[in-house]
Amino acid sequence: MHPVPCRVRSVVRELEDTFTLDIEPPESDWGFAPGQFTMLYAFGVGEVPISISGDPNDPSRLVQTIRAVGPVTDALTSVSPGDSVGVRGPYGSAWPTGVAEGGDLLIVTGGIGLAPLRPAIFEILEHRDRYGNVTLMYGARSPSELLFADELQEWRGRFDLDVLITVDHGDQVWRGPVGVVTSLINRASFDPESAVAFVCGPEIMMRFTIQDLERKGITDDRLYVSMERNMKCGIGLCGHCQLGRHFVCKDGPILSCAAMSDTFWTREV
Amino acid sequence: MTEPLVIDREGVDALIDALIDRGYEVVGPTVRGQTILYDTITSTGDLPVGIRDRQEAGTYRLEERDDDALFGYVVGPQSWKKFLTPPGTVFWKGLRTADGFETVEPEEPPSYAFFGARPCEVAAMKIQDDVYLPVEDGIYTERRKRSFTVAVNCTEPAATCFCASLGTGPDVNEGYDIALTEVLGGENHYFLAEAGTDTGADVLAELAAREARDEEVVTARRLVVHATDHMGRTLETKGLKDLLYANLANPYWDEIGERCLSCTNCTMVCPTCFCSTVEDRQALDGSSAERARTWDSCFTLDFSYIHGGPVRSSSSARYRQWLTHKLASWQDQFDSIGCVGCGRCITWCPVGIDITREVAMIRERDIRRVAVGTPAVKEVAE
Repeated sequence: MHPVPCRVRSVVRELEDTFTLDIEPPESDWGFAPGQFTMLYAFGVGEVPISISGDPNDPSRLVQTIRAVGPVTDALTSVSPGDSVGVRGPYGSAWPTGVAEGGDLLIVTGGIGLAPLRPAIFEILEHRDRYGNVTLMYGARSPSELLFADELQEWRGRFDLDVLITVDHGDQVWRGPVGVVTSLINRASFDPESAVAFVCGPEIMMRFTIQDLERKGITDDRLYVSMERNMKCGIGLCGHCQLGRHFVCKDGPILSCAAMSDTFWTREV
Repeated sequence: MTEPLVIDREGVDALIDALIDRGYEVVGPTVRGQTILYDTITSTGDLPVGIRDRQEAGTYRLEERDDDALFGYVVGPQSWKKFLTPPGTVFWKGLRTADGFETVEPEEPPSYAFFGARPCEVAAMKIQDDVYLPVEDGIYTERRKRSFTVAVNCTEPAATCFCASLGTGPDVNEGYDIALTEVLGGENHYFLAEAGTDTGADVLAELAAREARDEEVVTARRLVVHATDHMGRTLETKGLKDLLYANLANPYWDEIGERCLSCTNCTMVCPTCFCSTVEDRQALDGSSAERARTWDSCFTLDFSYIHGGPVRSSSSARYRQWLTHKLASWQDQFDSIGCVGCGRCITWCPVGIDITREVAMIRERDIRRVAVGTPAVKEVAE
């Protein structure tokens, strides 16, 4: 339960309020699976769950992308290279990249939801031959709020990855789609009989996305979402993150919609 | 384990002394401000001698008994979690260093002897063991491993008791070092003492106890059986998990929500409720910090708060979470029901919401049955 002090190598400002920290991992043999998170501690201020956004194939770097929305995330995003932050973890379940092998894969995400999917994208591109069509659908509020924009450009240039991007509001130079991320689903090419979807974003966005994907014929056992809940411990002890029978911190955050069939569609569970 | 022994009140005093001699801080029931609380005791004189508690939904009163019973009451608002996971316990302290910070372990906890734990409470500790011990939480785990439990079987359940429905009482089956059964027979006021562990047997061996006569054992057992038949309430557990999972959308939760004050009393008095939060504190000069764990409740808005707002903003959703967790999802999470039938949540609810009644109402208004019934109603209407 003790956070391990870890040195911050670099801090990159991604967006107005979003920063990526490159942290020296707690141990030399540290590793994580795509979709997992850590509990990050700002000395004396507090601890919050933050998903890992780095490359799982490079265990020497713990990369975490943080949006400053409260006292702890404000403190974490104000650190300078050389400062220490406390790390516990990695915790939680992973995107089931293995389950998705052999079929088409849809990655649907909105806003900062791209961060926890980034490790999965790295993983899939590392073993690209194992998948059919892979489509990344990403929605942001505006062109200036596209997270990892350089990387998105690079991924868009690949012949083995379809990258579809939409924004809620375009600007003067935006020539791409405008609208909610679900409007991109019709543009994706996939076989619903075998396709698997990884979805991460605001809960309301995930509900509409799952609804549309189910309508397309993907069954709920092949639809995975990353759930967000209040967490104080990360190890199933504090009780805050409960979602029906699940502790989101240890049974999740990645859960299949089949596992949540009785709770995902019920209000205030 | 060993043959039942018989001790008198002096023997109970000797037992307390023996535990103190072994280095335990003996904590047990004692009267504080018209309520029986758990606190340090040093002799039977500290126990609520000759006191009875009258409990009903939203009601708790102490009354004088016409005997010198040491255990003539059931459970008060506190449970042993007060000692096993004390609110505000520091997890670790952090010190600022030249290149960051380091964490140091907190002080060693005391060794407690829980004196007078009721069977439902012993069962509650077992339930909390399944929550804390696998993760080595550093607070409960340390205290629990050092603890000693003197259980007391129940012979006079309260009107709010329903342990018999859950198989957690009125007699203790496991998880105790010594179990006592008090027999009040006028001149012949005695306690049947039984060891549940080797340590318990060692402690009993130090006392001036004699082997119980057969009729003394029979009398004590009969009193406990009598208690089973006189439970104030019942909770039907058949199909409970499926019932509650299937009734998340039952409109009846809103009716409870209209009564529930979200005061958190039920979760504070519950001996199995384990939800907690952490408090991070920092010295004014920033040189040191610490993290403490304190009790939390699923009835607060903060509990489910994530960026954007709380997940459970209505009190009906919060009550549904509490009850469904206790009785349904607990079974999936820990392989047991998270309720021991102690009745505290009924007694200490300021508006008298009764878990046994609310479950019975959900059962009566099971939306699965209503849904099946709907076409028939339509046919009649047509």
